[in-house]
Amino acid sequence: MLLPKIITKVQDKFPSVTLDTTQFAGEDIIHIQGSYNLDVLKLFRDNGFNFLADITAIDNLTLGGFERFAVVYHLLSHETAERVTIKAYVPEDQPELPSAESLWKTADWQEREIYDLFGISFKGHPNLIRIMNPDDFQGHPLRKDYPRLGRKERDDFPVVKRGINKEAAQ
Amino acid sequence: MQPDDIKSNILTTTLESAVNWGRKHSLWPMPFGTACCGIEFMAVLAARTDIARFGAEAIRFSPRQSDLLIVAGRISIKMMPVLIRIYEQMPEPKWVIAMGACASTGGVFDTYSVIQGVDKFIPVDVYVPGCPPRPEGVVEGLIKLQKLVETEKFSDYSTTRGK
Amino acid sequence: MVQGADQPMDTERMVLNFGPQHPSTHGTLRIIMELEGETVIKGTPEIGYLHSGFEKLGEYLDYNQYITITDRMNYLSPLCNNVAYALTAEKLMGLEVSKRTEYIRVLMCELSRIADHILNVGMLAVDLGALTAFLYGFQLREDIYDLFEIATGTRLTTSYTLVGGLMRDIPDKFDEAVIKVLDNVDVVARDIETLLNKNRIWQDRTKDIGIISKEDAISYGLSGPMARASGIDWDIRVQEPYSRYEEFDFDVAIALNGDVFDRYLVRMEEMRQSVKICRQALDKMPAGDVMVDPDLGFSLPPKDEVYNSIEGLIYHFEITMRNRGMTPPIGEAYVATESPNGELGFYIVSDGGRVPYRVRTRPPSLMNYSIFPKLIEGHMLSDAPAIIGSTNVIAGELDR
Repeated sequence: MLLPKIITKVQDKFPSVTLDTTQFAGEDIIHIQGSYNLDVLKLFRDNGFNFLADITAIDNLTLGGFERFAVVYHLLSHETAERVTIKAYVPEDQPELPSAESLWKTADWQEREIYDLFGISFKGHPNLIRIMNPDDFQGHPLRKDYPRLGRKERDDFPVVKRGINKEAAQ
Repeated sequence: MQPDDIKSNILTTTLESAVNWGRKHSLWPMPFGTACCGIEFMAVLAARTDIARFGAEAIRFSPRQSDLLIVAGRISIKMMPVLIRIYEQMPEPKWVIAMGACASTGGVFDTYSVIQGVDKFIPVDVYVPGCPPRPEGVVEGLIKLQKLVETEKFSDYSTTRGK
Repeated sequence: MVQGADQPMDTERMVLNFGPQHPSTHGTLRIIMELEGETVIKGTPEIGYLHSGFEKLGEYLDYNQYITITDRMNYLSPLCNNVAYALTAEKLMGLEVSKRTEYIRVLMCELSRIADHILNVGMLAVDLGALTAFLYGFQLREDIYDLFEIATGTRLTTSYTLVGGLMRDIPDKFDEAVIKVLDNVDVVARDIETLLNKNRIWQDRTKDIGIISKEDAISYGLSGPMARASGIDWDIRVQEPYSRYEEFDFDVAIALNGDVFDRYLVRMEEMRQSVKICRQALDKMPAGDVMVDPDLGFSLPPKDEVYNSIEGLIYHFEITMRNRGMTPPIGEAYVATESPNGELGFYIVSDGGRVPYRVRTRPPSLMNYSIFPKLIEGHMLSDAPAIIGSTNVIAGELDR
């Protein structure tokens, strides 16, 4: 069991960074300040959590939390088959935190996805551009204040007609 | 040659219906398969439901060599310009089958990024329902389209070309 | 005069647009390749051509409704998605499903794995010019489709699981039909291997192509057959067993070279292991219900009750109504499962309401495909289809 030791280590080493540690359904969740995410992630990586399974984000607009956005890291240890969730909180007025691309290459595309869908930017990311939506897309669709049906993006295309008049033929 | 031989060896028809007959039995599909329906379209091509029986097995991935566009799968806002471009590249006369619920109406994906039916922007001739349709359904759609091809009229071509 | 190998041919750098509508891009991938002659200097994938807002939709559909959406994610093996999502929702709600449910889920997952791998191998062969393997494989896939149709009522978009169990039990004599297909898997696998394994062209086009080292595999977050072909002994079914996988006896297929050929070998071996698991599941299939106790308030009542009794009908409405229905506690859960492509995870955040607050899919395709720019560098243009084919990218899962 690696996890309890590392969590104490994180709490000792970065007492002001760690906002809270909680448990739900057998999963450990560590809540940290967004700007110090690399320090914590590095500590986990160097202590056996070698695999970054997933990065995602949550918009805490109506859920409530330490800040508006949380970037969620799911780490896995191939040695002991343990998993841990790290939530790095970033404020609404400055949604920015350091990129984990230098630690794991897999962060590249996933951070682009978060940038595209949530509008959270990552400092030090090599190529932070939209990945899912077209380049000229406005807004960030997974934010809670973005309507599900969009803002008429899906209706904004030219109508093409058949060259041969079909109505007369039928 | 005896007069009786001519009777049994020569068919009289209009050029129009002869051409339509030929077109109908040699549709060359361009599969625009994006999602699940694309996988079912593979099943349409494979051994069990072989659409070669309907003369439509000559799959062409180049729009310039095909006259039937099969839109199989959901079309996102990023993909729609590509679809329009491909439709425009196809030579006339051309037909479109919207295969499955997503291509016809957007299906279950009523979201910001899915086109709610390709017929909003390009003309669709046959809709095949299902999510995804069974291969037999696609064949049924193809037969429906063949009937439509029979009704093509040359007179339409000359009057409206280039418009 | 022919230029010697020591004199580099002076060619202009060319930019080639590959896709998004190209037969060997498996749907909707687009790659912008910079070529020097036929050598790829740089390949930049562009994805998102099938982005359909799954995760946004998840915030508006309740827990059982979203299962239909998961079908359309990895459409080569929809049942694995169903199971993964149901497991996550059950973890969130603290539900324990019956043993029979878990065994049926294992059986269905493994059948999907066979269907997925056989199509992947077939498509890879088609991309490299060997059509026969695809036709052989697709016949087997059709047989597995038939099994799904018997059990779930549909071929592809199965929606078989519910939160807390299964839509319905498997029918009588289903096991006989399954065994008939399983017997055939070995025959088809042997046929394909006879066609390909020692084929000179196949070997030339797959060996030493797209080599992934162990370190890269971990750094890029690869999982499933992609990681195992690079020598990483990691299979979630063994290391973090879910749905009672610990009760089954099977081996994990591992290869060491990490090239396209090894990934193909791993997939072929995994199919055989899946057959083994399926047979065990059928042999040991326990009796029991396939739905949790309806009194817990998490499951839909059986259809006979809905149609034949007023209480059942009222209960059915209660559970599906907008202001009622199943409400999990406030919290979050992440469950990783071993899908045919690798680690398929669902992450659900609940605010205690009827619909999830956030649904995230950890798509194995996205991570597996993200290593592509590194793999294609320095290879020939014609190797691109081989590498894409061996990563088994499913656009629906990649873009969501």
